[in-house]
Amino acid sequence: METQAFQKIYTKLTQITKATCSVQATGVGNEELATVAGRLAQVVKIVGDNVTLQIFAGTEGIGTDAEVVFFGKAPTLKVSDELGGRFFNAYGEPIDGGPEIEGKEVEIGGPSVNPVRRKQPSELIATGIAGIDLNNTLVTGQKIPFFADPDQPYNEVMAMVALRAQSDKIILGGMGLSNDDYLLYKNTFENAGVIDRIVSFVNTTENPTVERLLVPDMALTAAEYFALEKHEKVLVLLTDMTLYCDALSIVSNRMDQIPSKDSMPGSLYSDLAKLYEKAVQFPDGGSITIIAVTTLSGGDITHAIPDNTGYITEGQLFLKRDTDIGKVIVDPFRSLSRLKQLVIGKKTREDHPQVMNTAVRLYADAANAKTKLENGFDLSDYDIRVLDFAKEYSEQILAIDVNISTDEMLDRTWALFQKYFNRAEIGIKDEFMSLYWKKE
Amino acid sequence: MTTGIVKGIISNLVQVEVSGPVSQNEICYIIQGGVKLMAEVIKVVGNVANTQVFESTRGLKPGDQVEFTNHMLEVKLGPGMLSKNFDGLQGDLNKREGVYLTRGEYTDPLDEDSLWKFTPIAKAGDKVSAGDWLGSVPENWVNHKIMVPFVMEDEYTVKSVVPEGEYKITDTIAVLTDNDGKDIPVNMIQKWPVKIPITAYKEKPRPFKLLETGVRTMDTLNPMVEGGTGFIPGPFGAGKTVLQHSISKNAEADMIIMAACGERANEVVELFVEFPELDDPRTGRKLMERTIIVCNTSNMPVAAREASVYTAMTIAEYYRNMGLKVLLLADSTSRWAQALREMSNRMEELPGPDAFPMDLPAIISNFYARAGFVYLNNGATGSITFIGTVSPAGGNLKEPVTESTKKAARCFYALSQARADSKRYPAVDPIDSYSKYLEYPEVIEYLNTNVNPHWVVDVNHTKDIILRGKEAQEQINILGDDGVPLGYHDKYWKSELIDRVILQQDGFDKVDQSTPMNRQQYMLELILEICNTNFVFESFEEVMPYFTRLINICKQMNYTEFQTAEFNNYEAELRKIVEERRAK
Repeated sequence: METQAFQKIYTKLTQITKATCSVQATGVGNEELATVAGRLAQVVKIVGDNVTLQIFAGTEGIGTDAEVVFFGKAPTLKVSDELGGRFFNAYGEPIDGGPEIEGKEVEIGGPSVNPVRRKQPSELIATGIAGIDLNNTLVTGQKIPFFADPDQPYNEVMAMVALRAQSDKIILGGMGLSNDDYLLYKNTFENAGVIDRIVSFVNTTENPTVERLLVPDMALTAAEYFALEKHEKVLVLLTDMTLYCDALSIVSNRMDQIPSKDSMPGSLYSDLAKLYEKAVQFPDGGSITIIAVTTLSGGDITHAIPDNTGYITEGQLFLKRDTDIGKVIVDPFRSLSRLKQLVIGKKTREDHPQVMNTAVRLYADAANAKTKLENGFDLSDYDIRVLDFAKEYSEQILAIDVNISTDEMLDRTWALFQKYFNRAEIGIKDEFMSLYWKKE
Repeated sequence: MTTGIVKGIISNLVQVEVSGPVSQNEICYIIQGGVKLMAEVIKVVGNVANTQVFESTRGLKPGDQVEFTNHMLEVKLGPGMLSKNFDGLQGDLNKREGVYLTRGEYTDPLDEDSLWKFTPIAKAGDKVSAGDWLGSVPENWVNHKIMVPFVMEDEYTVKSVVPEGEYKITDTIAVLTDNDGKDIPVNMIQKWPVKIPITAYKEKPRPFKLLETGVRTMDTLNPMVEGGTGFIPGPFGAGKTVLQHSISKNAEADMIIMAACGERANEVVELFVEFPELDDPRTGRKLMERTIIVCNTSNMPVAAREASVYTAMTIAEYYRNMGLKVLLLADSTSRWAQALREMSNRMEELPGPDAFPMDLPAIISNFYARAGFVYLNNGATGSITFIGTVSPAGGNLKEPVTESTKKAARCFYALSQARADSKRYPAVDPIDSYSKYLEYPEVIEYLNTNVNPHWVVDVNHTKDIILRGKEAQEQINILGDDGVPLGYHDKYWKSELIDRVILQQDGFDKVDQSTPMNRQQYMLELILEICNTNFVFESFEEVMPYFTRLINICKQMNYTEFQTAEFNNYEAELRKIVEERRAK
């Protein structure tokens, strides 16, 4: 960003911390953008004429005589169709060597959609993965994270979901993405020949930490343009939100805020909600669906980040390695899509809800039987049957490399029910039993 | 009028240097480029007022002008609120233009042009005081009473009331004379500050009447009463919102106020979409016609979140004073507490537990205390039943909001992660949950009179069976299926029968989603009859298949219309199976 005429320049810093600095200035607006010694910064606090700025690239080497230039506006992104197929940094500047984007300049982190202007999400997003389509169906306008341990292949699965899902645009917001994972996405999208549908805002581990605070807002501002103005179905991928939260806690810490749970700022819930709630279904067909990644530490979902996220998002997906079949599955117990009720049995076959619940119940019985086995108890005939069922269910339906339609998933489940169980053990409404239960 | 100048901005906390007197909780408007942003004074130090702004403060500058209004945050009460969707400050969301919520746009909660058919109740010469009914207008199906404004504290004599006819809310409908002989014209609108309870009633006795919700695990095991308070804590994914929604759809209340406080916008949209479609079994009209939604979703400004629960409560108190049974649901009160925490943090107050403000327990209990069953001045009754959800951090119930709420609310519906994981919905834990009302002598008497004479004994017996079943299950898990006496399996499966047939309920099935009290009574009696039967088993392996059969048939009964031929067939089949193994 260049300095322009009539901009006020200040050169007397009164305080410098690792992420922020303060300067004596007047006529400055809250959340206004500025540069400090050429680095982008944003106003976060004003007390009298003492203005505190967070410097995205960090304060290393900044002197008390650094030049502070205020822009008189909040951070913006230029939006137009030219965004398609391009890669940007956290400031919305191209990093792929291409030209600058021409378009309408809009402030990022804009206002919320009036809830009465939203439409209830009702269109399902098929992914071919049974752990999602059958048990935790996704819907346009939904926001849902993968809760994953750092060693799990969440980026691979997310890239797969993104490619299989029907959408007009995919917007990738990468925060603290390792260069390898960044290339994974780039190559996957290029190989699939869909690069024109992709817009990426990337902050890699090589870039300064605080910069990544801008990434989700940039990605979502682009998404809003395509969804609202172009009526497109937009899928936004945010990875990794835990690293975003870490950056938040760094800034709040430098501003001497009292930390709440797990050293996170007290406003974490609102901060995250502001992003996730950009997921929306507009009445005229445009929609923003957010799939995010929140990495966990040792599977602990009571940590403030996954905990607050869980209260905001419409469910969560867990990956799990099923040791019986040696493949990754979407964990049927802990995963949940809250919006599935809007489509299952309505947009899918009528027996879907009951088949789904019954299979999960039997799968839970299998888990209990396994515990019994491990504790050295004898297994009953039923225990043995549920264990066999669970293995086949995992292998033929849940495994993430299986790619089949929802009807096929239901048919396969019915087949397994009949292979291993009797009517009473299934306990599904008679109405569906008479349709799909073939044996007697 | 006091004015001020912006001095400092820390997120949505704005410090204002004032020119004259200001009061705590006074509303002011910060003027930014012609747009007025509403804010509330939350602390005053010298001539600096700390205000929380109900909007985004982006672009606000030191030096911006501020106007004070000399009143606290108020709601505007009058006919025309039913079926409306309000934001946290009672702005009508449907009147706001554009897809996005524009800053500084405040809309009128009432419609000044609509005509209402007014019928007088009071007549000239009557002595009246605050909250007394002067007349009524039909609002949807509610007989909306036009009352002596709550702010009028003395006794007045009615000088005149307009005759029956159509009037606008701004038209004078009565003239009252005060003790000094001064005439005061009254129209259909009144204003009231949301943070102050409306107490224009005669008496607030202990609540005693059952409030049917159609949710079996509540009505049967831990009943809610008219004018009672309860809360639903639970980790995310345990089904708090689904449970609250099913209560709202089926509860035996005259009207429902939903305060969606800091929760997901799509959940609010679900209400917007479904309520206008759903039939209200009690009036035969649409559910939306008896509903008011106050919503501040999680992405709307934080400060208005706190206001939203008070706005909803004040509207509830207004309708209660018309002699109505109001059910107020707030989802989630934790978000409101978090909003308090954010502000307390910005004001650099010394933090209490988990960085929440020290007075959190007091704030919560004062709020719950506004619910209740009342006798109005004219002897009529009205009630506010309040059920809030709590979203405890990490699902751990030992956190400040849950603990503070536990002290204030009389019913506790604990949602359990384990039950949710095994899809046992509603995931209300039958052992941890309680309803203090079940210990009230007046409630016991009411239940035994209105349900059946041994109802409370039956309910407590049911709880015992559940508890014994759980103990038996633990023993089986430790010692193994064949390591325990056969009786343990019997005990466990009898509790499982109660769990699967009575406690679990399919909120998405059109029959099972709501169970009237007579049906609950019928089913409980039937199930207890089975539980009290001695069965003969040769080995533990026979127990599970047998009970699975019983459960399967009972579930088919739950899915079938009550006492139809189909239902009776299932029951006959059930009784036949019971006979197979009955001890001679």
